[in-house]
Amino acid sequence: MIFAILMPFIIAMCIPFIARFKSKIHTGYAVFATALSIFIYFLTLLVSGETDIFYHYSWIPSLGLDLTFYTDGLALFFALLISGIGALVAFYSVHYLSKNERLGHFYVYLLLFMGAMLGIVTSDNIYALYSFWELTSVSSFLLISFWFTKKASTDGALKSLLITVLGGFSLLGALVLLQIVTGSTSIRTILSEGSLILSSDWFPLIIVLLLLAACTKSAQFPFHIWLPDAMEAPTPVSAYLHSATMVKAGLFLLLRFTPVFRESESFFIAVSVIGLLTLFWGSYMAVRQTDLKGILAYSTISQLGMIMSMIGYGTEAALFAAMFHILNHATFKGSLFMAVGIIDHETGTRNIRKLGGLWKLMPVTGIISVLASFSMAGVPLPILNGFLSKEEFFTSSWELAHTRTFSTGFADVLMHVVPYAAVAGSIFTFVYSMYFFFGTFTGKRDKDIAEKAHDPNFGMLISPILLVCGVVIISIFPNWFSHHLLHPAANAVYGEALKEHHIHFWHGFTPALVMSLIVVILGTAFYLTRKYWAGLYQVLPGKLSGNAVYRALLTVSEKQTKTVNDRLVNGSLRQYNMVIISVISVVTLAILFGTNAFDLTNIDVSPVTLPGSLPELAVALIMITAAIGTTVSEKKLTAIIILGVVGYGLSILFVLFRAPDLALTQLSIETITVVLFLLCFRHLPEMERDIKEKLSKKVTNIIIAAVCGLMMTLVGLAAYSQRLFPSISDYFVKYSYKLGGGDNIVNVILVDFRGLDTLFEITVLAIAALGIYSLIKLRHKGEDR
Amino acid sequence: MEIIMIVLAGILFGFAVYNILQKRLLRIVIGTALLSHAAHLFILTMGKLKRGAAPVLREGAENYSDPLPQALILTSIVISFGVTSLLLVLAYRAVKTNGTDNMEELRGNNHD
Repeated sequence: MIFAILMPFIIAMCIPFIARFKSKIHTGYAVFATALSIFIYFLTLLVSGETDIFYHYSWIPSLGLDLTFYTDGLALFFALLISGIGALVAFYSVHYLSKNERLGHFYVYLLLFMGAMLGIVTSDNIYALYSFWELTSVSSFLLISFWFTKKASTDGALKSLLITVLGGFSLLGALVLLQIVTGSTSIRTILSEGSLILSSDWFPLIIVLLLLAACTKSAQFPFHIWLPDAMEAPTPVSAYLHSATMVKAGLFLLLRFTPVFRESESFFIAVSVIGLLTLFWGSYMAVRQTDLKGILAYSTISQLGMIMSMIGYGTEAALFAAMFHILNHATFKGSLFMAVGIIDHETGTRNIRKLGGLWKLMPVTGIISVLASFSMAGVPLPILNGFLSKEEFFTSSWELAHTRTFSTGFADVLMHVVPYAAVAGSIFTFVYSMYFFFGTFTGKRDKDIAEKAHDPNFGMLISPILLVCGVVIISIFPNWFSHHLLHPAANAVYGEALKEHHIHFWHGFTPALVMSLIVVILGTAFYLTRKYWAGLYQVLPGKLSGNAVYRALLTVSEKQTKTVNDRLVNGSLRQYNMVIISVISVVTLAILFGTNAFDLTNIDVSPVTLPGSLPELAVALIMITAAIGTTVSEKKLTAIIILGVVGYGLSILFVLFRAPDLALTQLSIETITVVLFLLCFRHLPEMERDIKEKLSKKVTNIIIAAVCGLMMTLVGLAAYSQRLFPSISDYFVKYSYKLGGGDNIVNVILVDFRGLDTLFEITVLAIAALGIYSLIKLRHKGEDR
Repeated sequence: MEIIMIVLAGILFGFAVYNILQKRLLRIVIGTALLSHAAHLFILTMGKLKRGAAPVLREGAENYSDPLPQALILTSIVISFGVTSLLLVLAYRAVKTNGTDNMEELRGNNHD
């Protein structure tokens, strides 16, 4: 289990070595093999019926941080999807990406993504889930900007990163709140504490944050704007990340927590409204696109919205239909993306206005596209799985009013509006599906394209053909998939066992069938008359655009950041030090006074007696005078010698305070330092032609210095007057001879008890020595000795 | 006695900081050297002063002055020596290369 999830990461580390042989064998095969073996592993789990397999590794138990993986029906369903589509995409990419590309980079990113995605769906620890979640955002960013010389690629990558990371951040917030409410970091425990979460004060905030995370990741309105721009990625990436898997991570997140939330009315309202709105908006906007991948991007947005709304319904039928549609969407959308990749590859364009009449030139691609796009449209044919899941969608929308009851009026109204909204959104789905297929494969043929376009080699066709076979097989044997794959998943989502659910192509003259027929008839009408209502786009969206908001935010924040940055980071050392020192001083002083840290009543000091303490006082006086001297002396020689006075004064204090080792060290070090100063001194400019400072600057310096001095004095007093912990020094006194075998306790501490510190100290000194040596020996070009 | 020493350390800190805020490189180096002196005195004082013999075990002595701050300071003296000398040579190098030791002239500009 653990190996299956870590395998992508392990292989990713080997990819750079494998990529060296790319002239002989395409690196993609290694990735294909990896994905395939993971797929087979999860398939054996599915067949054996063994779920709930755990792997547990405790990392920091006190913080609830551990690595726990488990598979239930839902995790298994997604893991199969991720590895299965992953294998097909890897195989497809072998033929799509030439060996001249940076294959090593590409496949490392792809494997990182695959591993992260598997991690999301199988993690039990919420923080592990979060880490994997962010890793998918990062790998998506890297894959979108794979062709980083194109500005559109990097812009799209940045946009997707900013939006998904915003969601990641709110996910972290939601997870922290869940931990606060339930006291656990394990998803299974959190799910079992459902009533605790629903009744908690944090519940509304948890819902909002969780929805923000899911909506940004799954490109829901109004955060959908990143997905169309993400289409700058290589097509295998679009097929894999931006239609089949990563964008479904948001859905997965909601599905994971559905057992808790499905009863909540606010969850129903929020998720259904967002979902239906996205369903409508995505499909409406898709008809307007001219780039084939743009159509597919908006279509993905719309389909995700449809699944989202079903999650919002929260009924048995709806959740089952959601799982069914996730599976179907992966098959038909994956094959459509691959078909677009082929068309792009063969004709050199994805612009639907230039394309047309490809049916005769590329018959195989045409058959793939017709099956997939008609399935997406929900055309009632017994070989199209899209129709089956769309029927389920309509059924669950229709039956919602009969299965759930709500207390608030709004939810009650919404419940009755849902079926109409579902139909309205699906009409445009039908329109863009037709637009996609007929616009590309029928109509006039461009001369240039006609000369070069033909079906690609068989290798490139295998993956989309397999996916389209999936479309057909699923629609012919829906109940096999239902029993083995969808039911375990839907059970996990619902939180308890569902009734056995049978999928039929024909189940009488039901409301759902009527709805389907309305969609087909109105859709055809809209498609044929689209020239006449295309003017609608001038009104809606017209000038309204999420992208404009995004760009404005980006520009403003860039400008503000630059202003702040220029003010703070202006190259003046004095200013940096001023800021650092004054912040430390003020904050420390505030804390000292705020917590009343002084306890001077029973302070334990050694007495000051006259004349016994005279030497200390005299030395202290000398040191203060010398310290003043360092600041006012105008000759550098004087300043250096006065600094020496402070150092020697300190060593005398060490003698007086019975620290013989310190005194010796200080004495010798001080001597060497002064010698060193005098060696350099010749080369440094004289200080008497000191740059005149403004008076105000001088005063500021004095104030900061005084405040800092005061702060240190007070810290000393506070620390000295209150001893919160007993000293550990007694240990050293007691065991110095017994354990260290030495009489001189300080020495024993240095070379024995804390010997490693001393070793590093020597290392630091050695590094400093190397630095000094190279600084002295350093010569620029043309500089003489 | 400890209070006097704490105040002395505080005063040294103050002058060290004043030096560090100057423009001349040499003053800044002197400031850091002064700062480490202040810190050493500070740490030593925290371990209480004049409470017994020097921390060398011998017959008859019952109290020793705290050995732990002394060990820490010993390490620190050596490290701060390394820091001061590196800074000094860096200053020397900067003056040789740039012809000035005025930090305001060494700011560079935004496009460097």
